[in-house]
Amino acid sequence: MSHYSYIVFVPLLPLVTFLILGLFGRKYFKIHSGSVGVVSLLISTILSFYTAYQYFFIDGKTNAVFQNIIALKYTWLQFSPNVSIDMGILLDPISVMMIVIVSFISLMVHIFSLGYMKGEERLATYYAFLSLFTFSMLGLVLSSNIFQIYMFWELVGISSFLLIGFFFEKPSAVAASKKAFIVTRFADFGFLVGILILAFYSGTLDFRRLIERLTSVQSTEFIQITSATFLGVSMLTWGLILVFIGGAGKSAMFPLHIWLPDAMEGPTPVSALIHAATMVVAGVYLVARLFPVFSIDLTALQIVTWVGSFSALFAAVIACTQTDIKRVLAFSTISQIGFMMFSLGVSKYGGENGLGFTGSMFHLFTHAFFKSLLFLGAGAVIHFAHSNDIKELGGLRKLMPVTHISFLIACLAIAGIPPFSGFFSKEDILLATYQSNKLIYGIAVLTSGLTAFYMFRLYYSIFWNKEIRIQETPHGEGTFSMKAPLIILSICTVLAGFVPISSWVTSDGAPLKSHINVGFSAFPVLMAAAGILLATYLYKTQNSRPQAIASALGSLYRAAYKKFYIDEVYLFITKKIIFNGIGRPAAWIDKNIVDGFMNLLATATAKLSAMIKGLQSGKVQNYALYFFGGIIGLALLFIYVFK
Amino acid sequence: MNEISITHILFVSTALFFIGMYGLFTRRNMITMLMAIELILNSVNINFVAFNKYLYPDKLDGVFFAIFVITIAAAEAALAIAIIINLYRSHDSIDVEDASELKY
Repeated sequence: MSHYSYIVFVPLLPLVTFLILGLFGRKYFKIHSGSVGVVSLLISTILSFYTAYQYFFIDGKTNAVFQNIIALKYTWLQFSPNVSIDMGILLDPISVMMIVIVSFISLMVHIFSLGYMKGEERLATYYAFLSLFTFSMLGLVLSSNIFQIYMFWELVGISSFLLIGFFFEKPSAVAASKKAFIVTRFADFGFLVGILILAFYSGTLDFRRLIERLTSVQSTEFIQITSATFLGVSMLTWGLILVFIGGAGKSAMFPLHIWLPDAMEGPTPVSALIHAATMVVAGVYLVARLFPVFSIDLTALQIVTWVGSFSALFAAVIACTQTDIKRVLAFSTISQIGFMMFSLGVSKYGGENGLGFTGSMFHLFTHAFFKSLLFLGAGAVIHFAHSNDIKELGGLRKLMPVTHISFLIACLAIAGIPPFSGFFSKEDILLATYQSNKLIYGIAVLTSGLTAFYMFRLYYSIFWNKEIRIQETPHGEGTFSMKAPLIILSICTVLAGFVPISSWVTSDGAPLKSHINVGFSAFPVLMAAAGILLATYLYKTQNSRPQAIASALGSLYRAAYKKFYIDEVYLFITKKIIFNGIGRPAAWIDKNIVDGFMNLLATATAKLSAMIKGLQSGKVQNYALYFFGGIIGLALLFIYVFK
Repeated sequence: MNEISITHILFVSTALFFIGMYGLFTRRNMITMLMAIELILNSVNINFVAFNKYLYPDKLDGVFFAIFVITIAAAEAALAIAIIINLYRSHDSIDVEDASELKY
């Protein structure tokens, strides 16, 4: 439909900004690069809001069901009449929702960075990278082709790498960026193989046709992919699991979560944008994009469910023990993405059974607001107090009133206290899990309680607890450009729960009634309230109770504090097992066998030629003698052997 | 009168051939080597004429070939002497052992 073609400007404007700032920024936009970025992104955001308006309210629906619309399609690489890599724009409820989230949060982060990054030498580079990221993420969510999504997926990965390592003078930032890149790249390999499997059997790379062919049970493609097996598991399951591994890498699901806490070495607004609200939900988005296919394969869905729920609980436990503000938030992000994942996992396709899908997308939507708000609040605190260790912070509520209120709102939202947005989305998720799997429901409710506890632990530690002495900083709480995004996001966090996502974003496009069931809601809310009360009891004032509990828990506390030694396990596996078991033997083989064979050939040739070079003496009569000897030899041969 | 058998003639030509060979391999003077080559060519000529006479008396192919070889030998002698003169100019010698620069 051509009247949607203006959408191409939503991702293209950030790309243009990236090129302008990247090529000319350091020379011509040294001070104004921020404004350039903000203005172009503002236009992009307005366009995406208009898209959402047009899609959801005017012509997205046919027969009360939201349709997939190909807004633009350009065949790029044609492999065969049926298989091609296209560049296109696919509009459906989730992609429209995502462009709104991505452009809006990115805009807030751009504005916040105006104040946060003030005086930074490489400001133009920073904004160029932010624009590159925004372009890639918007391209990712709008992709109409599974290979197109893969390319943008990698672009997102590289811009994340660049931004984590933005302060490249710090060795820890360099290490973190490498870690993030390697871990996600490793997962992306699974994604690529998954794409190849799905594309091989379905014979197409186009999302719509791929989903169509792999979901109709009678189609030859479906029969082929389900009847082909590898290690006793059907190729469909393999393909989906491999795709999910890619998603789990990007979304920092256990056991590929290790890069996300380290990624907090980047500038805090970047963490808010990339490592909280947008890029890390790409994995959830990917599963949601292929959800019709996932929904017919129960094994793959089970894996999604269990990985998600385990990550949710696991990260929540770790978050309770961390003392770095951003690391607590990082683990809470892992935990919340775990919520989205298992919510997709327990969902089924279509109608009321698709509640988990809706809940997941709803949570993605609300999470983007409150988590970016939390990160930007944390950024404001770090900017003000020059510390991100909660042991060194405390009593900031009077010094930073705006940050304090917005942080509180975000904490209430993530804890799931009504009427803040997190409550509504978590309700959908909990209801969906309750209906399908009681064990997951138990984990989810427990995790909700833990979430409330660690978020309020963080809140009290920063804003209450001990009074710290802070030498008067000249910039105060922050510039207007830092406060404005906090205020706007706070408003969004309060109101986002009332957005009728359930009537827009559903697994099959048909609207769903929203369910708020007071009797059902009471228990999770009580859990959250209990978590908050416990945190209040332990952390509101300075006391020795947290210490006592920590020492009472002993090794369990230490294990959680050390993030359950997952990093150490990885280091052990890579350094001890892979380096010693694979790396060194491979190096030995390369040095001694591969190179050795070549050296042997060369040496043998040299030796042989040294041996026979005397034959070429330069004496004519010798040559004549050899020639004559040869003739005699041939004559004897022909006379006596070949008679 | 008794005809001389072909074996006798072949014996002469073979002896001539190997004498030429011997000369070619043992003499260092290039003119002598050229003379040795002439001996070899003449032994071949004898073979041609002999086989023509004894095996195909009504044909002349062998005789023609002998004449052809003589012509070629004349040309070859001219060429060889040109080479020898050039060698003498550059090396001040016509000893083949002195001209052994072209080696490994």
